[in-house]
Amino acid sequence: MTAQDTSRTGAALDLAPARPAHKARTYRRLPSQRDWPFWLIIAIQIGILAGGIALWQAAAVYGWIDGFFWSKPSDVYATLIKFFAAGDAWTDIGFTFQSTIYGFLLGTASGSLLGLSFWWSRNYAAVVQPYMICFHSLPKLALAPLVILVFGIGLASKVAIATALTIIVSALTTYAGVKALDPDQERLFYSLGASRMQVFRKLVVPFCLPWVISVLRVNIGLALTGAIVGEFIAAQHGLGRAILYAGSTYDIALVWVVALVLSTLAVVMYGAVSWLEYVLRKGIKQ
Amino acid sequence: MITAMASVTKVHLDNVSMTFDTPAGPFQALAPVTVSIAEGRFVSLIGPSGCGKSTIFNIVAGLLQPTGGRVMLDGADATGTIGRVGYMLQKDMLLPWRKVLDNVILGMEIQGLPLREARGRALPLLRRYGLAGFEYAYPNALSGGMRQRAALLRTLLFDTDVMLLDEPFGALDAQTKSHMQEWLLQLWGDFGKTVVFVTHDVEEAIFLSDEVYVMATRPGRLVETIPVQIARPRQRSITLTPEFIGIKERCMQLLNDAHKAALDEAA
Repeated sequence: MTAQDTSRTGAALDLAPARPAHKARTYRRLPSQRDWPFWLIIAIQIGILAGGIALWQAAAVYGWIDGFFWSKPSDVYATLIKFFAAGDAWTDIGFTFQSTIYGFLLGTASGSLLGLSFWWSRNYAAVVQPYMICFHSLPKLALAPLVILVFGIGLASKVAIATALTIIVSALTTYAGVKALDPDQERLFYSLGASRMQVFRKLVVPFCLPWVISVLRVNIGLALTGAIVGEFIAAQHGLGRAILYAGSTYDIALVWVVALVLSTLAVVMYGAVSWLEYVLRKGIKQ
Repeated sequence: MITAMASVTKVHLDNVSMTFDTPAGPFQALAPVTVSIAEGRFVSLIGPSGCGKSTIFNIVAGLLQPTGGRVMLDGADATGTIGRVGYMLQKDMLLPWRKVLDNVILGMEIQGLPLREARGRALPLLRRYGLAGFEYAYPNALSGGMRQRAALLRTLLFDTDVMLLDEPFGALDAQTKSHMQEWLLQLWGDFGKTVVFVTHDVEEAIFLSDEVYVMATRPGRLVETIPVQIARPRQRSITLTPEFIGIKERCMQLLNDAHKAALDEAA
């Protein structure tokens, strides 16, 4: 059988055998993985967290690590209670939240509009493109001190930094959507006698929406980073200022507390934006 | 009365030609073509890839400015103006975020018809022409044949006298394609539009058309016009008649000759 095969096709093509002649062919099973139940995954996650906290506490109590620099969970908990009792906790949270949301909205909206505007003229897009790339690759946080000088130490400077971080990402992503537009789809619209404005409103904008939406989650994180950095440099309120203050007074427990609050805020906003994304995607579901 | 109407010229291409400037020098996509298509006729263009079929369509639809000649619609110069003929591509180009109903009214919507009225016009047609129950479905819920139906109804509802169909059934399986051909003929019979149909499929061209234009490449040009004088309505079985086979052989021979000539030139 094998000899016959060789004489027919193998002779013409001179195929080398696929394995060493002296080795018997082995047959593997398809790798498979069984999924753990959902509750087990959650239980393990909680277990790891609890174990980590317990280990940290033990290490601080038995002197394996320096309790002064690392603090310990029981101190962090006590400081957490104090932090919220003290009253300006909510002012700080509100301030950071506000600058993040304003920056996020401003950056995403203007970035998306900028990206969409490139559809109108290839020449305009070609001219503006290098500036955008330059601004994108610029470490914008390095300019934060300048922004503080220009916009002052209030909310405006935080919003400006958050906007600067989000605008170009939005613009570039939306522009990627514009470029992905099928020229034949545009031709169909024009064959129906459409004006450019009609093509823009009825085709380009709805077509690019998924791209606009896809950057929302990235942008909320960037906006928060921008707001915090702004507060690091100069601010009267905000979680960033609170962390800086705690650090400079060696109140390590407070650093942990504010970091914890900040993470919670980030998770909440991320969750909200994910939900928004879900709702929007369902709205434009194909 | 009917014969008199049939002789009125609807679309006239007057020495239309197209030359593209490429980095390698000018490329003649279409040698001057002069064609008259009578009102209410169903004509097909067949020919190999690159014979200028799509170029002709783009020129007639006003999406491409010819380098020579004029396009006359109803005796008036329509060269380079858009929105005067219905144009359908092989890709259905349905907008995935619109329901079927809102997809088929696109032409009317762009022309400024109020949405309510446009939907009112489209609904009975959707129901009558095989999309009942899918009016409020999104295109991704439709099969390939259904999507082409929706695209064709969108072209029809744009309500121009002329419809250009660029390989509308090219991507469908043989069974669906055959259903769609009969469906198209029913639609054409009901609305009396002038249809220009592009296809690679010789049998499809003959089965559907009153006239078949055979084209060739290098440069893209019209080689012969073959009338199909087979009575309508046509049954699928006419594809087996000697008359049909005769026309098919003639078409195949012309296409083969053109193909050989192109190969010789390349060699």
